[in-house]
Amino acid sequence: MIKDLVNPTNFNLMVSKLGDILVKALDKPLGYAINWGRVWSLWPVHLETACCSVEFGAASGPRYDVERFGIIEAFGSLRQCDLVVVQGTVTRKMAPRLRMVYDQMPEPKYVIAMGACAITGGLYIDSYNVLPGVDGIIPVDVYVPGCPPRPETLIQGTMLLQEKIKRSKIK
Amino acid sequence: MSKSNDSPSGNNKGDLASIVASNNDLSPASVKQGETGSISPKPSNSNAVQVKSEKTDLPQFERGIVDGLVLKFGDSIKIIYVKPLRIKIEVPPKDIVEVARYIRDEAGFDHAESVSATDYPKTGDIEVIYHLGSYTRENLSSQILALSTRTDRDNARLPSLIQVFKSVEYHERESFEMVGVYFDNHPRNDRFLLPEDWADIPPLRKEFRIKGR
Amino acid sequence: MSDQEERISETTRLGLEIVKEAEEDRLMTLSVGPQHPGSGHFRFTVKVDGDYIVDCDPDPGYVHRGEEKMCEYRNFIQNIPHLERPVIHDSSNITYSYSLAVEELVKIDVPRRAQFIRAIASELNRQVYTLYWLAIYGIFLGHSTMFMWPTGDRELIIDLLEALTGARVTHAYNIPGGVRNDLPYGFKDRCLRQVSYLEGRLKEYEDIFYNNPLLRQRTEGVAILTKEDAIKLGVTGSVLRASGVPYDIRKAEPYDIYDEIDFNVQYMKTCDSFARAYVPLLDMRESCHIIRQLLDKMPESGEVRAKLQPNPKGPPGETYRRVESGRGALGYYIVSDGTPRPYRVKISVGSFRNLLALPHLLVGSKLGDMPSVYWSLNYWPVEADR
Repeated sequence: MIKDLVNPTNFNLMVSKLGDILVKALDKPLGYAINWGRVWSLWPVHLETACCSVEFGAASGPRYDVERFGIIEAFGSLRQCDLVVVQGTVTRKMAPRLRMVYDQMPEPKYVIAMGACAITGGLYIDSYNVLPGVDGIIPVDVYVPGCPPRPETLIQGTMLLQEKIKRSKIK
Repeated sequence: MSKSNDSPSGNNKGDLASIVASNNDLSPASVKQGETGSISPKPSNSNAVQVKSEKTDLPQFERGIVDGLVLKFGDSIKIIYVKPLRIKIEVPPKDIVEVARYIRDEAGFDHAESVSATDYPKTGDIEVIYHLGSYTRENLSSQILALSTRTDRDNARLPSLIQVFKSVEYHERESFEMVGVYFDNHPRNDRFLLPEDWADIPPLRKEFRIKGR
Repeated sequence: MSDQEERISETTRLGLEIVKEAEEDRLMTLSVGPQHPGSGHFRFTVKVDGDYIVDCDPDPGYVHRGEEKMCEYRNFIQNIPHLERPVIHDSSNITYSYSLAVEELVKIDVPRRAQFIRAIASELNRQVYTLYWLAIYGIFLGHSTMFMWPTGDRELIIDLLEALTGARVTHAYNIPGGVRNDLPYGFKDRCLRQVSYLEGRLKEYEDIFYNNPLLRQRTEGVAILTKEDAIKLGVTGSVLRASGVPYDIRKAEPYDIYDEIDFNVQYMKTCDSFARAYVPLLDMRESCHIIRQLLDKMPESGEVRAKLQPNPKGPPGETYRRVESGRGALGYYIVSDGTPRPYRVKISVGSFRNLLALPHLLVGSKLGDMPSVYWSLNYWPVEADR
């Protein structure tokens, strides 16, 4: 079989086979390294949807300091972000914008639904302008309950997300 | 701020009684609820009027403001109530700009705190209330003058007060989209808070129903 | 009019149109928000000519949740939790005026001790709000320390409020008829200690933030809102006081026990962004002063809650009550039809009124000044949208 492959006409095939073998051999260490990088530098998008942003701000503050868990403070452009924290109620006016922001972000991207309103609509479930949960428009990785969630809860939610990233396979 | 002493203005007792009556029968559903909930005593209309007539000390300062208005405009102003620190008058839509101009220039109220439109399907009209306050005059700083007017709810059109009080701009725009009152001469009667694709009736109309708790 | 004249006027019209089109081409329209580090939950479009803003059109409503409609479907007590969500970091004040209005409709008298506790809770909440506002102002100016310090100090007051009410930010503490529960053990000493700590910190804030040449240059003399314009636009709160109008609801129309408290209305006459940024700090200092007096004059024991029937309702009527919140006057217009549910609730919030000043101030100022001008208006979008 190797004899068949080692000739100029089948060179392409050989390279692809070799590539497969290399990926199989290096998947574990390389994947671990890449995931390690992703886990410790999650960049959230600066998109506040409602009042939970107050607690998100408190979580970035000195007492809770989410930066030690690898979540950088929400700054910068969404082209370099990989995390959407949906901070509370998503209204019908905000929903297309949220989807647009999510679509513009590069892969891989993760979503945390923060607060009861983002999960089910919460206190505002009977309002005429509120979506009953964001999972109808974007895929959600972690749900963080509370109205609003305490910063500790948010930190626990992000740690769960990190567990998920660690276990996931790279493409 | 003392609690709950409504006092009728002397010369408009007949008007006041009629307004109290019309305020009582608001919507059929709500009245029914009041009747079925028989545990607590239902506040009757006659009782309310009695409480009012018992009160003898009229707020003098507020009466002064109202007397000036009545002197100038006469019958076109209906006085709904004069409480301490709170006055409410009702004028027909055709006079409202003129009255508002007088209130700004002579009475000294210089800005609008809020504009709220309320839908009354029972009487078939929409009431728009301008709560006016004053920053410039020391003695008026605690007063709120509620200037109200009523319009037909099927064809809700009112003259805008934006030429008199600049501060009503966004409030009137909000009233337009929430209750559906069109304000003539307002520069922008369009979407403000609701989504751009809103295709329903204005949400604060009473026939717009939400699920409720 | 002869043919020739008509032709000339036609050419002038065409020429003017071309000039206008060319001018329109020079302008660039920028959309700021809702995903923008300098806007929050809010979007506005600005037209810029080079570096200068020539037009501004605010587009709020991204957090419009229909509070006023929901109020009509719940009774007076059930309304409290969702009414405080618009400003969860100033929740004692937004329920304060609601409670005052409902008390007037249902005709309840509030016990004297409850009035003091209410006032303490709302003053502490004002500080929490203002510190958060200052922290976000730091982000807008790109000043990281200015974000970190107030956020850290805010946690200490939140601890105090958590001991008082049981929740970090959403207290639901003011209810019609008083407050939910009495002060915890040792609250007075803790509160006094916290107040003196904050007063010391405010001095440091002044040295480090307000005397910072960077902040001074970005705010001083920028976006001047004159006294006449402020009155005409009907702005409120710190924006109004920064324009030289000493108006404060606590002084103008004292509610509960504020007429027994001795304090000054802080205001400035420079009318610029710096004044609008500085007046909240002065307010916080005055608030510390008020809390000291409240703790001093408070009766040692007594009822904290008036007896309420399970489903309170009053005679048909309407009321308009207001308090001074962190963003200015906060009024509730409530119409009751005799049932346990309100017939109509209108929340007149300071943010919504201050929004009118935004296009007024931005037109004519530089694009780089936009964040500092916007946030100096003490605008909280969630509250304005309701």
